[in-house]
Amino acid sequence: MSAGDASQEGTPHVEPGPQAGQGAQAGQGPPVKHGPPVKPVRGRGPSVVTRLMETRYLGWIGLAIALGAPLIIATPYALNVMTSAAIFVMLAVGLNIVVGYCGLLDLGYAAFFAVGAYTGGVMAAELDIPLIATVPAVLVVTVVAGIVIGAPTLRLRSDYLAIVTLGFGEIIRICATNLEITGGPSGIYGIPGLFGDDVLTEPAAFYYLTVLIVAVAVLLAARLGRSRLGRAWRFVREDEDAAEAMGVHTYKVKLAAYIGGAVWGGMAGVLFAAHLTAISPPSFTFLWSALVLMAVVLGGMGSTPGVVVGAVFISLAPELLRDLADYRFFVFGVLLILVMIVRPQGLWPHRSQETARTAARSKEPVA
Amino acid sequence: MSERSERSGGRGGSSPHKEHSMTLLQVTDLRLSFGGVRAIDGLSFEVGEGEIVSVIGPNGAGKTSAFNCVTGFYKPIGGSVLLDGTPVTGRRPASIAGLGVSRTFQNPRLFGELSVLDNVRAGTHLWLRQSVFDALLHTPRYRRSEQEATDEAHRWLDFVGLRGERAGLVRNLPYGEQRRVEIARALARRPKLLLLDEPAAGLNHTEKAELLDLIRRIRDLGTAIALIEHDMGLVMEVSERVVVLNFGREIAVGAPAEVRRDPAVVEAYLGRDADEEELAAAREQVRGGREEVRGGTD
Ligand SMILES: Nc1ncnc2c1ncn2[C@@H]1O[C@H](COP(=O)(O)OP(=O)(O)OP(=O)(O)O)[C@@H](O)[C@H]1O
Ligand SMILES: [Mg+2]
Repeated sequence: MSAGDASQEGTPHVEPGPQAGQGAQAGQGPPVKHGPPVKPVRGRGPSVVTRLMETRYLGWIGLAIALGAPLIIATPYALNVMTSAAIFVMLAVGLNIVVGYCGLLDLGYAAFFAVGAYTGGVMAAELDIPLIATVPAVLVVTVVAGIVIGAPTLRLRSDYLAIVTLGFGEIIRICATNLEITGGPSGIYGIPGLFGDDVLTEPAAFYYLTVLIVAVAVLLAARLGRSRLGRAWRFVREDEDAAEAMGVHTYKVKLAAYIGGAVWGGMAGVLFAAHLTAISPPSFTFLWSALVLMAVVLGGMGSTPGVVVGAVFISLAPELLRDLADYRFFVFGVLLILVMIVRPQGLWPHRSQETARTAARSKEPVA
Repeated sequence: MSERSERSGGRGGSSPHKEHSMTLLQVTDLRLSFGGVRAIDGLSFEVGEGEIVSVIGPNGAGKTSAFNCVTGFYKPIGGSVLLDGTPVTGRRPASIAGLGVSRTFQNPRLFGELSVLDNVRAGTHLWLRQSVFDALLHTPRYRRSEQEATDEAHRWLDFVGLRGERAGLVRNLPYGEQRRVEIARALARRPKLLLLDEPAAGLNHTEKAELLDLIRRIRDLGTAIALIEHDMGLVMEVSERVVVLNFGREIAVGAPAEVRRDPAVVEAYLGRDADEEELAAAREQVRGGREEVRGGTD
């Protein structure tokens, strides 16, 4: 999708220098102004793959691939799969805020997906309004859900947190199964479209719309990751005590990550409701939480392009393996294990975001 | 105990160095215990504005615990910690950092998987003006503040004299350089009071000399420094006042030269049963230290 929109979007004044991670720098030589020479990290210049992985046009390339895919295959089935994959990407970048940036293990992420889908779906169906009109309400509800689930649990150590989030995931699903307003076990049907019933019903049109929304979501999540708050998340992940010593209120920062994850998950839920026009509790089982987490870990925790690739892989692989019939989940599992053995850091691990410009020494000493 | 406090107060006042009218940090009758073990047992000391105070004492004396109480990592069971007159006991570390306190750890606690620059940017967290919306929309304020954080990080890395790559991961730096990064990170907070926990540990001779110079330059910025250190040469050279701890309380306070002469201090370091050889070595060390001090103040 628009992975690198995020990782390296094309706004020149934001990141003027070419991407200079460690690999790139070895080739160009860091612009050292004084002091001893800096040892290059690698002997040779960046490989083609490295250069491609670090290009600033990555986002545009990803977006182009996503938008171009229907030119290759545009059967309703394929479009359906690709739309689901795009929504899955949005879920993965949302969970990446919690797990990748902040290092909090969340095993119940599907809860926020469900809260978003049900809030949007129930409101739109009951009030007979387009789904898009429910977005402000969904935002409020998901933020509240993030606080309600996060506030008591985030004081716990991370291993307990994993178990409690697992419980919350189940609680939300069981509530949806038993409440009347959510339609009980059979769920709700006939959810109005994003812009009402007769607009954008073409599968291809809906796919393009989804890709654009998800692209924006990916971009915004990546921007969060490169902000003051995003750094604070990483400080908390690396060392909570050191973060506190630097004035990072770790509890608030973790709660912010949770709220961020909740909002992204909830918005993905609205897209999901719009896509299927029907939702029911089996769509929000633990398997979903596990698959999203798998996408994050497989792609590379904290890495936007990695998580996007991971999500695309997790959602498309079972479809591509469909010819194997009953063996497809077996092969899928073996593939996952193989990838994790070969690339334990993920398919596309996070790299330091220093550019040639930020890496350069400043001229004036401390006043 | 009370007698000791009076005595120490008198000594502090008679310090040959300039008077510090404003007390920045005041620790009074601090008590801390770990399941019955009294790690700190009625500790009192103070640090004036712009002053360098060393906290020394044998292993396990409670020096690090005292720092942890001041910075909010441990909750003392009694006593008070005043920062600029504000009581801080019971506050969380982040909130105490917000009052202008910065620290390093006995074993460097850096953000290993982050770049050197990002580590130092952590120090800017408290004063960097940037909202979530600035970050999402990339407003001019976002760009300005990010540039500011980067510039600040570079300036402090220059200040501490970091050698080595700044864009790379901090864990790839040699140990001595990591210690510099940790100090740079603490300085980027722009603290009024900097607590250094054994900054010279593990450094070679040259690095120690550079550290001495660095500590003085930090003080010249107007930052008060509390320094835990086992390297007596460094302590005697750089401190304006020395607080000696043993068994969780101060046993002597005063100018370096005074503290050196104190029999209680020699005893604390050597134990009651020190043999002749050790005592001779201690006397030798004291003589050397005095010369250093004289050389330093002239
Ligand atoms: N977290 C803790 N849990 C239990 N006991 C502790 C803890 N921290 C410190 N102590 C104990 O408190 C006492 C003081 O320890 P502290 O680390 O403050 O000593 P120190 O003066 O810094 O020693 P050193 O010079 O070896 O660093 C010791 O007896 C130590 O075992
Ligand atoms: Mg210690």
